[in-house]
Amino acid sequence: MNFMQANLPYLLAGISVGGQYALIAIGYTMVYGILRLINFAHGDVFMIAGLIMIYAAAAMPLYLAIPLVLIATVVIGFLIERVAYKPLRSAPRMSIMISAIGVSYLLQNLALYVTGGLSRMYPTIPFISDSVTIGSATTKMVTLITPVLTLILVVVLVLFIHKTKIGMAMRAVSKDFETSQLMGIKINSVISATFIIGSFLAAVGSMLYFTNYAGVTPTAGAMPGLKAFVAAVFGGIGSIPGAVIGAFIIGICENIIKGMGWTTFSDAFTFALLIVILIAKPTGLFGEKATDKV
Amino acid sequence: MKKKTANLISLGLVAGLFLVLFLLEQVMDPASMLFVVLKKGAIYALVAVSMNLLNGFTGLFSLGQAGFMLIGAYAYGILTIPPEARDAVYQYFDGGIIQFALPVPLALIIAGLAAAFFAFLIGLPVLRLKSDYLAIATLGFAEIIRAFFQWDALGPITNGSNLLRRFPTFSSVIFPFFVAGLCIAIIVLLVNSSYGRAFKAIRDDEVAAEAMGINLFKHKQMAFVISSFFAGVSGALLAMYQTTVQASAFKSAMTYEILLIVVIGGIGSISGSCIASFLFIACNEWWLRFLDNELFIGTWQVPLLRTGFRKVVFSIIIMAVVLFYRQGIMGDR
Repeated sequence: MNFMQANLPYLLAGISVGGQYALIAIGYTMVYGILRLINFAHGDVFMIAGLIMIYAAAAMPLYLAIPLVLIATVVIGFLIERVAYKPLRSAPRMSIMISAIGVSYLLQNLALYVTGGLSRMYPTIPFISDSVTIGSATTKMVTLITPVLTLILVVVLVLFIHKTKIGMAMRAVSKDFETSQLMGIKINSVISATFIIGSFLAAVGSMLYFTNYAGVTPTAGAMPGLKAFVAAVFGGIGSIPGAVIGAFIIGICENIIKGMGWTTFSDAFTFALLIVILIAKPTGLFGEKATDKV
Repeated sequence: MKKKTANLISLGLVAGLFLVLFLLEQVMDPASMLFVVLKKGAIYALVAVSMNLLNGFTGLFSLGQAGFMLIGAYAYGILTIPPEARDAVYQYFDGGIIQFALPVPLALIIAGLAAAFFAFLIGLPVLRLKSDYLAIATLGFAEIIRAFFQWDALGPITNGSNLLRRFPTFSSVIFPFFVAGLCIAIIVLLVNSSYGRAFKAIRDDEVAAEAMGINLFKHKQMAFVISSFFAGVSGALLAMYQTTVQASAFKSAMTYEILLIVVIGGIGSISGSCIASFLFIACNEWWLRFLDNELFIGTWQVPLLRTGFRKVVFSIIIMAVVLFYRQGIMGDR
């Protein structure tokens, strides 16, 4: 009981961070499922969403700023796919990955230019930044909202993928790229839809994530992005429930490690976990087995 | 006979290059940007070529280069700080536990060997992974190494998260050129040997290479260890150039920069990597600097120019190369 009491704040923080990672991880896992691409720029899209929020909140009331952030992030995600990934569709996989790294470099430098290298204050969103007390721990409302909101969004997403026509197309494309093309699926619109969903969730995640932090720096997206990717691998890449469960596990473990006073190793732990998973069970918790044809 | 004359010509070119460098140092102002570009360019050329050996010649997409540079830089720094300076450097750790200093050439080799040793250990599990999983696993290892070197409990050796400084450095541009040139020459010889041909066979088709009797794991491990050795040496050179070392500087962004150099030069081209690294450093540090300063023509201020604009222009150029000029400057020659 004592252990629980001492670790409750960390556990709560872990669940909250886990939910935020989950929202980013879905973007990774869906893109990887369809394009077999580690979208290195996804973490930076998440950071850009944070920056847009800062500038939007300074210029207009919040009830206008929040939808604007969601729309702008979706547009950015869509444009990145059209400009940087679509021309390389027939190129070797390595080229697309390098292009993704290039986009990430561009977004970070763009953010550096716009902010002038200073960390900008993230606006306080009322209600979700309010304090609440649970047991012995005082925390922000966002800690409680995040897991609930994440679960609602995931359920909606899973329904979308299993019940709608475009969802079915997504599943088909991730199974077999070429055959689904032959079956008359418009591959480009399916891929665009994937990026739109991923960017939308990243924008929601960024609002929840940055509320806990003082500001946004140009490299703020890199670490959460990598961790979310690890979560996606952990859960089995291509599987949405897997990514969510992986994200919660990583978020909770990371914060418990911080609570034990090993802050230096909280990032390293995530990567150690990744490597253990890759070696012991490369397909992750819920991944499908892949076979290589010669 | 033909080969002999070709060798003579390249020997003459190298001697000429060093002569030019020597003369430049005699006549030009030592604070000139040219020397910054030459020194840093030579170091980046070495690490770019070492990355090319993995990514371009063996087809192993590894993103761990910054981690191995970090090991090399730290090994060099730790082993060469003179004993009398150690009390000042390790001020929070009672002067550290190492109380000797090695000569520079020996320390450079040990820096490489330390990186190679870590690469050997890391390679045992991760080299069984395929393409992008390998990339993310090596990236992860680089991050773990970075956290490890900042750990306080290792402070008496690594100085925790504090700077390492006061180790011997170089002032002449000839030194990095000599070391980097020697290392690149060794890599060229390796690539042209039967091992190099085995590496290329693995890159082109793993299954076919294995069927031809190439031991996949042994050759991948060899390429990984050798590449890391040279990354370690270049890390040590970078430490000498910067005069200080701090683990937090060796981020994954550094690996990305090196990867972009390799791509701009042409994946699988050693000369391309060298040319691209000098171009990259020159643009980054020198030629595009004017974009960072506000400029007035008469009373009209040129729009957009302010701090950070250089990097934006630069990354747009890189994206253009990646998208429209995929074979890079030199293709695969």
